[in-house]
Parts: sequence; C-alpha cells; structure tokens
Amino acid sequence: MSDDKRRFLDHPRNVRWIIRALYGACFLLLAADFVVHRHIEHPFETLFGFHALYGLVACVILVLAARELRKLVMRREDHYDD
Amino acid sequence: MTSVTPFLVFFAGAAVVALSPARLRSVLLIATPVVGAVNLWFLDPATTLGVSFLGVDLVIHSGDRLSVLFAWLFHLAALIAVIYSLHMSDRLQQVAALAYAGCALGAVYSGDLVTLFLFWEGLALTSAALILARRAPGSPRATLRYLVVQVTSGLLLLAGIAMLRAGGEDIGLAAMELDGTAAWLIFLALGIKCGFPLLHGWIIDAYPEATETGTVLMSAFTTKVAIYALARLFPGTGELIWIGAAMTMFPIFYAVIENDLRRVLAYSMINQLGFMVVGIGIGTELALNGAVSHAFNDVLFKGLLFMTMGAVLYRTGRMGGSELGGLYRTMPATTGLCIVGAASISAFPLFSGFVSKSMIMVAVIEEGHGWVWLVLLFASAGVFHHAGIKIPFFAFFAHDSGLRPKEAPRAMLVAMAVAASGCLVIGMWPDLLYRMLPFDVSYDPYTWTHVLTQCQLLFFSALAFTLLKLYRLYPPELPGVNIDADWCYRWLLPRLARHAARLAGDAAVPLRAVALALIAGTTSVGRRWGGPSGILARDPVTGTASLVVLLVFALVLVLHLVRGL
Repeated sequence: MSDDKRRFLDHPRNVRWIIRALYGACFLLLAADFVVHRHIEHPFETLFGFHALYGLVACVILVLAARELRKLVMRREDHYDD
Repeated sequence: MTSVTPFLVFFAGAAVVALSPARLRSVLLIATPVVGAVNLWFLDPATTLGVSFLGVDLVIHSGDRLSVLFAWLFHLAALIAVIYSLHMSDRLQQVAALAYAGCALGAVYSGDLVTLFLFWEGLALTSAALILARRAPGSPRATLRYLVVQVTSGLLLLAGIAMLRAGGEDIGLAAMELDGTAAWLIFLALGIKCGFPLLHGWIIDAYPEATETGTVLMSAFTTKVAIYALARLFPGTGELIWIGAAMTMFPIFYAVIENDLRRVLAYSMINQLGFMVVGIGIGTELALNGAVSHAFNDVLFKGLLFMTMGAVLYRTGRMGGSELGGLYRTMPATTGLCIVGAASISAFPLFSGFVSKSMIMVAVIEEGHGWVWLVLLFASAGVFHHAGIKIPFFAFFAHDSGLRPKEAPRAMLVAMAVAASGCLVIGMWPDLLYRMLPFDVSYDPYTWTHVLTQCQLLFFSALAFTLLKLYRLYPPELPGVNIDADWCYRWLLPRLARHAARLAGDAAVPLRAVALALIAGTTSVGRRWGGPSGILARDPVTGTASLVVLLVFALVLVLHLVRGL
C-alpha cells in the first residue's frame, strides 16, 4: 500500500526526542514548585514535589501490582465458553 | 407553543422509525433529538403531569434543575450517537437507540418511584436490544446475562417500593435515610446500575459485547440515570464515600492487564462512576455539583473514547490490544480525536475532566476526608495511565500491527468531532456548564495551585509509563480473560445449578419408583372398577366415574411432573 512510507514515529531519533521533551517538562514542573506559592489543602502537600512523586510512585505500584494480579486472575480466552 | 414531556418525542420518533424505509430513517434519526431539543427549550420547568393508574397516583413528569441538566445531556448524547450510527441502517438498533434515550429522559423526569421503576425496566429492555443487534455467535447469551442482572435491579427496586407502600410511606422521589429493608433494597437496585464493587460485573461483561453504537449509547444512559437517581435519593449517605473510593481503585488494576480495549474503557467507566459516587456520598453542594458535572463530562469524553474504539472495531473487526497498534498511519483523525478524549478523562487542564473532577477533590478535602483524597489522587494517576495513555497507545501507536484500515466513516468522524468540541469548550469555558448545575456555587478550577499540581501528577505518571516501558517492566498485552465479579454468574452459578439438577435427579430415582408403583396400582384398581362389570360402568354413577377419572388424571399429571425431574 502507498501508506507504508516511514512516518514521524518510525524514526527512533524522533521517539528519543519526544522522550527527552517529557523529561524536560517533568523537570520544569518540579522546578515550578520553588516559584509558585501553592495553596495547601492536605498536610502531605507541604512536601516538595508531593504531587509529582505521588504520581510516579502510584503508577509504578499500579503496574507492578497489576502484574501480580494477572498471575492470579488471568485465564484462557475460551474460559467462559462451554 | 406547548411542549410535551421529553420522552414522548423519542418514543414517537422510535415508532415512526420502526415503520419507515431505510432512506427516511436516517433523517428521522437526526430529527428526533433536534425536535426534542426544541421541545425541551420551550418546556416550562414548573410543569407537572400526574395520572392515576390502578389506584396509584403517579407523577409522570416533574422536573427541577437537576432533571433539566440531565435532559440536555441526554439530548446531546442521543444526537451524537445517532450521527455516529449513520453508516448503518439496522432498524433494530435505530429503534432501540431512540426508545432507550426516551426511557432515560422519562427516568429523569419521573416524579415518583413507581414511574422511575417503569423507565428503569424500559432502559434494561431497550439497551438489551443493542447487545442482541451485534448478531455475533455469543450475542444471545450475552443479552440474556445482561437482562438477568438489569431485571434483578428492577425487581429489587420494585420490592423496595412495595415495602414502602405497605408501610404507608411516601413513594415520591425524596432523599431517604439508609435505615430499614426498603431503603436498602432500593439502594442495592441503584448500586447494581451504578456498578458498586461486586455488583459491577455486568458493565465489563456487556459493554464489549454490544455493537459499536450500542456501547456508546449504553455508556451515556444506564449508569448516568443511576447516578441521577442516587443523587436524588441518597445524597450525603456516608457509606457511599468508601463504596465510591473502592470503585475508583480496583478497576484501574484490571484495566492495566485487560486486552479488550472496550473492556478497558468499561473498567475506566466504573472508576469514573466511583468519583461521582464519592461526590454524592459527601453530599455538600460543591460535592453534588462536582458529581453531576462529572457525569455530564463523562458522557462526552467516555462516549468519545468508546466512539474511537468503535471506529477501530468497525474498520478492523478487532479490539484486542495485542492485535492492534500503529493505526495512526491510516486513521490520523480518529487518533487525534481519541487523544482529546484521553486528555479529557485524564483531567488535563483545558480539558473537561479537569473542571469537574477537581470540584469533587476539593469537596472531599473540605469535609476532612484526607485518606479518601489520597485514594482518589492515586486513582486519578491510574486513570491517566490506563485510559489516557494505554487506549491511544496500544490502538494507534505501540508496535506496527501491519493493519492498514481506512479512516473512520465521515459520519463517525463528525460525531466524534462534536463530542471532542464539547470536551474542549467545557474545559476552556467551564462556566457554560457550571451555570446549569443544581446549586449556585462559585468555584474556579483554574488556580495556579490546581493547574501546577495536576500537571505534576499527570506528567510524572507519563514518566512512570515511559520508564516502565523502556525497562520492559510494563506487562505486555496478552489475549485472555481476567476473572472478575462476572465470574459468579458466568462460571460459578451455571455449575452450581447443573450440580443441583444432578442432585435432584439422583433424589428423584426412589421417588420415581414410588410414582410408577402408584400408577400401576391405580390402573389396576381402575380396571377392576371401570371394566365392563365394574361399579363405575353402571349407569347411575356416570357422574362419579367422570369425577374419579378427573382425579386420576390429576394424579397422573402430578406423578408425571415428579418423574420429569
């Protein structure tokens, strides 16, 4: 098909560039904690970069726990077929 | 100009569509929600309409700001869904779609529990047709499973209403306390349709089984009517806070390992409903506004995500994350629209999820539920992970599946674009939505703190996904099913029933012997009495004879039933 020319994301260099942009954005958002005076609602929020750390840790726990869950609950596709 | 109660427009539309030829049906499908919207515009909010039915005074129509908000939402959802469905001319789905929307509208204008019950059952029947209309080998059984659960919810509601009536209590739609059996029955009936933990099996079972349009409609109506009813009947019920928190948490783990992308969205649906349930449980004006506005936004962004996945299913015939990937090459518009939906559900600033979910979060912390707040924050990061990243990533990017489907049909693209515009408009000008909310609360989502903390949460969640993927810790997409609450009625109950039948069969063996002996005995007695020289053959007692024959016949019938076990 004529659609099979190499697209933007087919070049590893572009993918690396996107990932670097994400690292950069994360760094800037963390640095913004020094600048923006945050309105505190929960005691944990006094910690520097609380939301950033919480998001990162939550997702790692989520994925690692889900991997364990899969060992418990995953069955063959035809499990419910009689 | 006089208006009618909104469900009538849709029921009339459904009836006309049922009798019209295919070419006319497309026009009628679009016309119905448009006429409905004009009707709603001119509808006097103070109108009430009552009828007396079998000695019960019913309030068919009675509305306030909450009803009106949901009515506009359901008109919009119906319009988007019928545009989306224009590529096909399946009469069953078209009639069911309009009737289903009509039932949802009837439910939000119900003025008492009995009327609500009637539309509650209507929702079950009309939506079941959308699963049946898939016409896959498993569709009839999936429809039946769905109906059993929905009708159970209806029966619980009916039992609760009957108990209230018997106790001489009011059956109006007033907020109730969770005390006594009747209230608990109604609470459970609502809980099934809201997807409370362990009662949620039908959502993940049925959504992936319906047609492309069917799932979009189901995600808009059934659960949102349930949220509406919960907000009316049980606002401020403390139990809901923890029930809702559990609903936000457990589905995200399943969503990460689920392969069927429409089932991932079904899990994500339970997670979003959880936020609304927490809001209703908190019960303050801000919390209820948050719950209702999140329901409004969820119809748009979840509908949009289901529509993009429906387009993929329509073009490729596949839905497993393991079979898809790389579709951005040939479906760029669908990809872009999916990303708008993903950003909205993840609550990125400038997208609709942000302006409603933050309201619930603030209300939770204002009422001093710090732990619940931490749970919801965890779930928010999880939403971005499974709905925001996983859905677009595994469908449109990830590895190249080699599939080169055509872009979605134009009508589907238009419907998705309307929903995506809704997500952006509400995200950028939230006052348009806030103005319609049940309570007047001044709330500004766009403070520096909110924007910064939400961006930190989301970008670092994305960072986690990237790192887990780069270090190959992310679980691969694998075909398979994951055992969940639906296992109870899809695996356990059928086996228990079969076992019980076998036990009953074993017990029937001695019973059958007794029955056979009785039949033999009765026949020989009958021959002696009813034979040519028997007493029953004599003329004066013909009446007695027929009576005895009748009794014997009844006995044989009973014995036959016993044998049949």
